Amino acid sequence: MRKVAIVGYAQHPILENAGALNEVELIMPVVHQLFDELGISQNNIDFTCSGSCDYLQGAAFAFVEGLSAIQTNPPIKESHVEMDAAWAMYESMLKIQMGDADTALIYGFGKSSPGRLDSIISLQMDPYYISPLWPDRVSLAAIQARVLLEKNIITPEQMITAVIEARTNSKNNKNALVTELVDKEAYLASENISSPLNEFDCPPISDGSSAMIIASEEKAYEFTDHPIFIEGIDHRIESSNIGSRDLSKPSGILASIEQLKLEKIKFDVAELHTQFSHEVPYLQSVLNLSDVPTNLSGGPLVGNVMMCAGLDAIGKTYESLKSHDFTNGLAHASSGPCLQHNMLVHLEKKS
Amino acid sequence: MSEEEKKDYAESPINLEYHYTAGSATTRFLNQVKEGKIVGQSCPKCSAVYVPPRGSCPRCGVATNIEVPLTDKGCIESFTIVHIPIPGNPIVPPYVCAMIRLDGANISFLHLIQGIDVEEIRIGMRIQAVWKPKDEWTHSLENIKWFTPIDEPDVDVATLRFQES
Repeated sequence: MRKVAIVGYAQHPILENAGALNEVELIMPVVHQLFDELGISQNNIDFTCSGSCDYLQGAAFAFVEGLSAIQTNPPIKESHVEMDAAWAMYESMLKIQMGDADTALIYGFGKSSPGRLDSIISLQMDPYYISPLWPDRVSLAAIQARVLLEKNIITPEQMITAVIEARTNSKNNKNALVTELVDKEAYLASENISSPLNEFDCPPISDGSSAMIIASEEKAYEFTDHPIFIEGIDHRIESSNIGSRDLSKPSGILASIEQLKLEKIKFDVAELHTQFSHEVPYLQSVLNLSDVPTNLSGGPLVGNVMMCAGLDAIGKTYESLKSHDFTNGLAHASSGPCLQHNMLVHLEKKS
Repeated sequence: MSEEEKKDYAESPINLEYHYTAGSATTRFLNQVKEGKIVGQSCPKCSAVYVPPRGSCPRCGVATNIEVPLTDKGCIESFTIVHIPIPGNPIVPPYVCAMIRLDGANISFLHLIQGIDVEEIRIGMRIQAVWKPKDEWTHSLENIKWFTPIDEPDVDVATLRFQES
C-alpha cells in the first residue's frame, strides 16, 4: 500500500461570529496560506476534497458554492463529504493509495453563528422516520456524561480538570477562540446548560475554516524534508439509534485500537475531537493516554468549528510532531451524538 | 372525530431560521446598488468582471478585489417567456425573464424585460435598466424595476464568450 503523508496544514482564526465574511471568504485565506507556505498552486494538486454541512448554511448544495474559493480552471477532480473534513482527508488518502492522485488538498468550513446550532445538528443527525424529535446536541452529550459519572468511569473532578487544562492550553493555539483562564470556583459558578453539563463543559459557537495538503511518499519529500506519515487510520460507527447503544462501552473505538495495534505504540501527543469536557477523561482512559500530553491546542473546548474540528485534531497533532521532538501522535475525529462515529489516526514522524 | 376530519396523513412542518450573510464582497456591491450604482468586481488574475460579485473568481480561486463601475446598459444573453402565474407574484403572464449581460461584465444575471411585445424579444437585443423612484432604493437589484429595449444594433452574443487574456 502506498504511504501517505501530511505536508501542510492551515487554520483560520476561530471566530465567535464571522459576521459579513461568507464561507468562500473564510476558505480562501487558509488555502492561499498553505499554497504560499509550500510554494505551490492548485495546479500542483491532483485531488481536492472538502467537508461541510449544508444545514449550517441553510441551503441545498451549499458546498458547491464553497468551490468558488478554489481555482477550478483548468478543471479539477474534486469531491465533498457531508461530514467533518477529517473524513475528506480519509477519502483523499484513499485516492492517493489507489494511485489516482499524488497530492490532495482538503478543506473544511463551517459557520455556526447564523442559525441555532442545537436545531441544525439535530436535523442533520436525527434519523427520524415521521417527524424530527429535536434532541439537542448538548442534552444528548449530557446523557452520556451522566452514564459515565454514575458508572464511576469518570469523575466530576476530571471534567473540571479538562476545562481548566483546555483554557490553559489555549495559549499554545494562536487561533483559539476561548482563551480566558478559569479556576474551580468559576467553573462551579458557571451556568448549568443540561445537567450535568454547565457552560464551561460545552464548546463555544464557532466560525472558521481549515485546510490541509497530503501527498504520496515520493511527492511528500518534494515539499518537505520532514513529512508526517499517516501510519494508520480507522473509522467505526456505532448505531444511529441511541437507545440501542451502551453509552459507556466504546466498542467501535476498541475495535480501532485493535485494528491499528495502538497498544504497542508509545504516543508522544494526542489531539482528541472532544467537544464536551466529560469526553476528555473518557477517551483518555479508553485510549490509554493517561501519561500522554493531550489536546495541547486546547481542543474543541476553546474553539469548535463545525466540520473542521476533526481535521483540526489531525492538523494540531501534525503541528505538534513537526515542532517538537516527538515521534508518534494520535488524532481522533468524531461525528454524530455521543461519540457515535470515531476515527483514529496514527501519525508518525520519520527521523 | 367527524367523517370529514379523518386524515390518513399527519402534517409536521419544520423550519430553521438563519441570519443570512451576503459576504463582504457582495455587501460592498449592495451598498452601491442602494445608491443606484452598479459596481462589478474583477479578478486580479484573469480580469474577468463579475456582477453581482460573490467575493471570489471561481476560475482562479482568488478574491475579486478590484471594483469596476458598470453602466446599466447591456444585452439579452438568453430569455424565457413565462406563461404560468406563480402564486404571490404580482406580474401578469406572459412576461419575460432574461439573463442580462451588462456591458463590461463577464457573467449575466436574471431580471425582467418589459416595454416590448414578448414575441419581439430576441437574444442579443440591447436593453437598459428602468429604475424605481430613488426614495424606494434599498440593498437589492429590485431597485431596477425591469430592463427595457433601447434603439441600438443587436449584439452577437457569441462574441461575449470569456477570452482568457
